[in-house]
Amino acid sequence: MSNPRETAPQPSLTIDALGKKCPIPIIMLAEQINQVPMNAVVAVLADDPAAFTDVPAWCRLKSHHHVGSYELPEGGWAIHVRRNY
Amino acid sequence: MAYFDAASTEPLHPQARQALIAALDVGWSDPARLYGTARRARLLLDQARAEIAEVLGARPDEVSFTTSGTQAVHLGLLGALQGRRRAGRRLVTGAVEHSSVLHAAGTHERDGGAVHTVGVSRTGAVDLAEFEEAVSVPGTALACLQTANHEVGTLQPVAGAIDACRKAGVPLMVDAAQTAGRLAVPAGWSVLTASAHKWGGPAGVGVLAVRKGTRWRSPLPEDEREARRVPGFENVPAVVAAAAALRAMVSEANSEMARLSMLIDRLRTTIPAVVPDVEVIGDPVERAPHIMTFSCLYVEGEALLTALDALGFAVSSGSSCTASTLRPSHVLEAMGVLTHGNVRISLPRGVAAAEVDRFLAVLPDVVRRIREDAGVR
Repeated sequence: MSNPRETAPQPSLTIDALGKKCPIPIIMLAEQINQVPMNAVVAVLADDPAAFTDVPAWCRLKSHHHVGSYELPEGGWAIHVRRNY
Repeated sequence: MAYFDAASTEPLHPQARQALIAALDVGWSDPARLYGTARRARLLLDQARAEIAEVLGARPDEVSFTTSGTQAVHLGLLGALQGRRRAGRRLVTGAVEHSSVLHAAGTHERDGGAVHTVGVSRTGAVDLAEFEEAVSVPGTALACLQTANHEVGTLQPVAGAIDACRKAGVPLMVDAAQTAGRLAVPAGWSVLTASAHKWGGPAGVGVLAVRKGTRWRSPLPEDEREARRVPGFENVPAVVAAAAALRAMVSEANSEMARLSMLIDRLRTTIPAVVPDVEVIGDPVERAPHIMTFSCLYVEGEALLTALDALGFAVSSGSSCTASTLRPSHVLEAMGVLTHGNVRISLPRGVAAAEVDRFLAVLPDVVRRIREDAGVR
């Protein structure tokens, strides 16, 4: 059984955006990233294919760090973002 | 309405309209027959062929007319692969080609062929070094590259691709749909495709040019029409109108494309200055003169299109919510840029600068309201 937590670092906060269409996962991420300490990791769980491209693109535009995207067993991804500022 | 969707289709050029109406009266007969009206239709068809061939840098006998740009791509790609079957079954193509290329490549794959897709940079240009390497792999039957991307406007390194293919002895199919009539077609292609309604001609006319000496075999059942390359009765009036549009477009292109390009520059520099959290996409310099694309963070593409339509702007989007497939555009995905809140502006000939300024005046408020409605602070 593949579990994202086996391959990915433990996130400080998990945002469940499964079933939500872009841009909602990005809006949730932008709202909540400041709830974690600096350098901590937020995991966005999303299954809209747009999120797979858009979360890393958001990181680039907002100067946060896209750690990696890990496939979820039930479909979709856990997309990990490190808060940079 | 301010029509900013020329990359989908350019409005019919007035000279094409005139030519179409005249040709409906005199060019309706079967150009394959030998009586008076038939010879008249043949003459009109061949005159149009000669004119279009000249603009595209082809010989008239290399040019066939298809029923669409998509059909030209399907036939061009699958026919060239068929003709080169003994050389190999490998196709090299770019990651941001038109869907007609991707779908024809899919057919080739299902038929047992191989497809190598060359990745693109953040601006959407194919990686030329990877392209060179890919075409030099033994067994490569064909390579395919667009002149400019249809969604973001970025020009592809076609001259470099032509050199690489020549060195490797591999034919190159160039898809000139977005630039034919606007920019000179680079010489050195083996197969060239284009679409008349993108240059102000009527819908229903595509161009397939196969260079002398290029191996090509129709993937479809045999037919006598169009040098045996395209099946079915020719649409002579539409082809005549396509030639009239191309002639008119090219005669204005030098000044008009420079003017459109300045308007695109204005959009590219002003939008990020007046709208926060916007990414302007594509190459700022190496681009088609009439296309620009941007994405707005936290904005749903469909909401943006609907709001702009209500204000009288016709634009297009690569966002997933605007696609029948509910998937984001493969172009934006391959570039790794924001896919939501995406708007493509493509300016037709003669567009008023005042319309572009009006767009710039209303856009900040449109985006602000959609963000507010979505609860974005």
